[in-house]
Amino acid sequence: MNPRRKKRLLAVSAVLVVLTGAVSLMLYALSQNIDLFYTPSEIIEGKEGVIPEVGQRLRVGGMVVEGSVKRNQDTLDVSFDLTDTGPIVTVSYHGLLPDLFREGQGIVATGVLTSENHIQAHEVLAKHDEEYMPPELAEKLKGIKHVNPNQTSPNEY
Amino acid sequence: MLAELGNFALVIALMLAVLLSIYPMWGAYRDHDKMMAMAKPLAIGMFLFTAFSYFCLTYAFVTDDFSLAYVANTSSMSLPIYYKYTGVWGGHEGSFLLWVLIFSLWTVAVAIFSKGIPTKMVARVLAILGAVGIGFYLFMLVTSNPFDRLLPFYPIDGKDLNPLLQDFGMIIHPPMLYMGYVGFSVAFAFAIAALISGKLDSTWARWSRPWTIAAWAFLTLGLALGSWWAYYELGWGGWWFWDPSENAAFMPWLAGTALMHSLAVTEKRKVFKSWTVFLAIAAFSLSLLGTFLIRSGVLVSVHAFASDPGRGLFILGLLVVIIGGSLALYALRASEVKSDGRYQLISREVFLMGNNVFLTAATIVVVLGTLFPLVHKELGMGAISIGAPFFNQMFTYLIVPFVFFMGLGPLSRWKNQSPQALYKQLLIAFGLSLAAALLINMNYSEPSYMAALGLVLSFWVIVTTIMEIHQRITPALSQGMGVVASLQQLTRSHWGMVTGHLGFAVMLIGICLVSAYSVERNVRMAEGDSVNINNYEFVFKGVFAHQGPNYSSDMGKVEVFEDDEFVTTLTAEKRFYPVQRTTMTEAGIDSGFTRDLFMALGEQLKNGDWSIRIYVKPFIDWIWAGAFIMALGGVFSISDRRYRMAKLNKNKGKKHSQGEQPT
Repeated sequence: MNPRRKKRLLAVSAVLVVLTGAVSLMLYALSQNIDLFYTPSEIIEGKEGVIPEVGQRLRVGGMVVEGSVKRNQDTLDVSFDLTDTGPIVTVSYHGLLPDLFREGQGIVATGVLTSENHIQAHEVLAKHDEEYMPPELAEKLKGIKHVNPNQTSPNEY
Repeated sequence: MLAELGNFALVIALMLAVLLSIYPMWGAYRDHDKMMAMAKPLAIGMFLFTAFSYFCLTYAFVTDDFSLAYVANTSSMSLPIYYKYTGVWGGHEGSFLLWVLIFSLWTVAVAIFSKGIPTKMVARVLAILGAVGIGFYLFMLVTSNPFDRLLPFYPIDGKDLNPLLQDFGMIIHPPMLYMGYVGFSVAFAFAIAALISGKLDSTWARWSRPWTIAAWAFLTLGLALGSWWAYYELGWGGWWFWDPSENAAFMPWLAGTALMHSLAVTEKRKVFKSWTVFLAIAAFSLSLLGTFLIRSGVLVSVHAFASDPGRGLFILGLLVVIIGGSLALYALRASEVKSDGRYQLISREVFLMGNNVFLTAATIVVVLGTLFPLVHKELGMGAISIGAPFFNQMFTYLIVPFVFFMGLGPLSRWKNQSPQALYKQLLIAFGLSLAAALLINMNYSEPSYMAALGLVLSFWVIVTTIMEIHQRITPALSQGMGVVASLQQLTRSHWGMVTGHLGFAVMLIGICLVSAYSVERNVRMAEGDSVNINNYEFVFKGVFAHQGPNYSSDMGKVEVFEDDEFVTTLTAEKRFYPVQRTTMTEAGIDSGFTRDLFMALGEQLKNGDWSIRIYVKPFIDWIWAGAFIMALGGVFSISDRRYRMAKLNKNKGKKHSQGEQPT
């Protein structure tokens, strides 16, 4: 092999090694950071027969049950119930709830399942729209794909 | 009536785009000068008709013409007048009109400012822009026409502009962003024109470079403005959320940054030619992909427009045609491209290649992280989301080698760099940056390793940049020139690079310090309560009612003391917009050189207390300042004399010196 080819081979293999390393790192990081989306009934009854394990990170989307929001009088701890078609799960959260968090409204919470029907959330999202329902939930409830329930109203930028 | 004229003008603009895509291309093929000369007037016409159409829509906004569906959805009578002007791009249809307006503006700019480039090349470039324009105009007229009427039954008052968009940041963010997005279509057109002509030489790279840098600078500003807006308007105090729409704009930025550097190599050294062409295609394709993701509503995001599968399908079609077509052409021609330059393993070429590899890797990370949930869902494996930790982790890994190369590249020579000389410099640079980083990091009571790492990286960039300048002016200095004079010798584009890299370092400092040393407290406060963060004391003064033009608001006041000395009063608002029945948070921020004090109201609790966010964010403004400096670097680069040289050279035939000085 002449020296120039050898150098090229070296450069190409260096690039390949870096790429392989990057891809495997990326896939590993990805597998660590996927949050599956569940509805309350899927948490209780299982999603395609699989009930999420306690300790699993997940996202849950549902409607806040009327009258279920309980606040601690001294701290910012809050808990509320979520439902979709029947089963209810409880979500605990410490911090400020989003502007549009309201009873009867659809929200999405990300957190860890701490018991079979309790989630300790580290993030609670509600959309800046009165009639908003999380698209994942709308899809689950209505079986319609890619249709935002607030299609007629101007959406966010 | 004017709205119909606006619509008509759009149709004419579409027709002009069709003509523009045919005549000059054909003329270039047949060597027909007159046909090629058609390009310029056609481009100007396209711009004028689009501008007229844009004027018509603005007029409809200002005159509260709610018979237009778009106006009724995005404006209202009580909307302040300046938001009526900017509300034109407050929704999907109007923002796309702004998009095509900016597109036609770029096209005209190419037509006007390309005097130094051969007519044939300009004709091809404009023809390709025309072809891309056909897609844009058709999309507009078919799926999202802002001039659709609600006749005969139209509302008396509109639904109001989304309160999130009633803000200064939002006024300038979209135009800047679109300038960047659409600007890559010019880089794309140059690349395709060069592929068609078969002449992929360094002159092509020189012509394309200022356009690419301009687009990149606009995109940088657009992204920074968006981030700044999110920081003060969303009330979470964050500056980047890895939201799909942010990613959508970040992907072309990464590809564009790679393209900008690769173009430099192609221009100077005539290598990486096919890679550069590929990047030009990729940057524009990613712009379109981002548009598709946001405007089709397939991804859930704070930016999502009302979703419409028809629109998504159209853009997807456009994407397939453009990417497919250009890649096919690329495959056909790329094999003919031969690199003339030779270079060794330790050379600037290789280091710039390294930079490109990592930028590409970063692009892939963002694309993957953004599209994976979509693919996962479409495959029937359930809805998932990929959190910010994924991106943060990946970018932490990627930035270390990337910044390493960033320091190495400018310091080394083209073709062949002696490792020994470089090694010495690097050791000094590393020592200096390590020392600087540790010294700064020691100031914090709980030093963090990540912050130390980030600071080392930032100072690495700064130190190597200064070394590079020193290295450049050494020959002049040894000839007895003064420091200022020898600094003035450096070209503008060189200063562009220096400024750009320093801007990146400034941004990096901001990012690592704010990530490591932000203090965030969510507290529950009654009037008179106070909270201590570092040596700041925040005293809650209560909430007062306030009436705005189209909203009512609760205004919370917090007085801040530093070591018992009064600093400022932060005023945060909780606004209620009755037309959309929406509540909005306006954060109260005191910006400073080394820290921001941030306060946002949560909600009133049952016993009258308020939940409040109080943050101290060190060096956060450096992030946007850094982005601004980077964009400024772009401006320096474009203003380089070299890009006007072609024009001068042409005139040289007439034997006019034109003030050309030896460099």
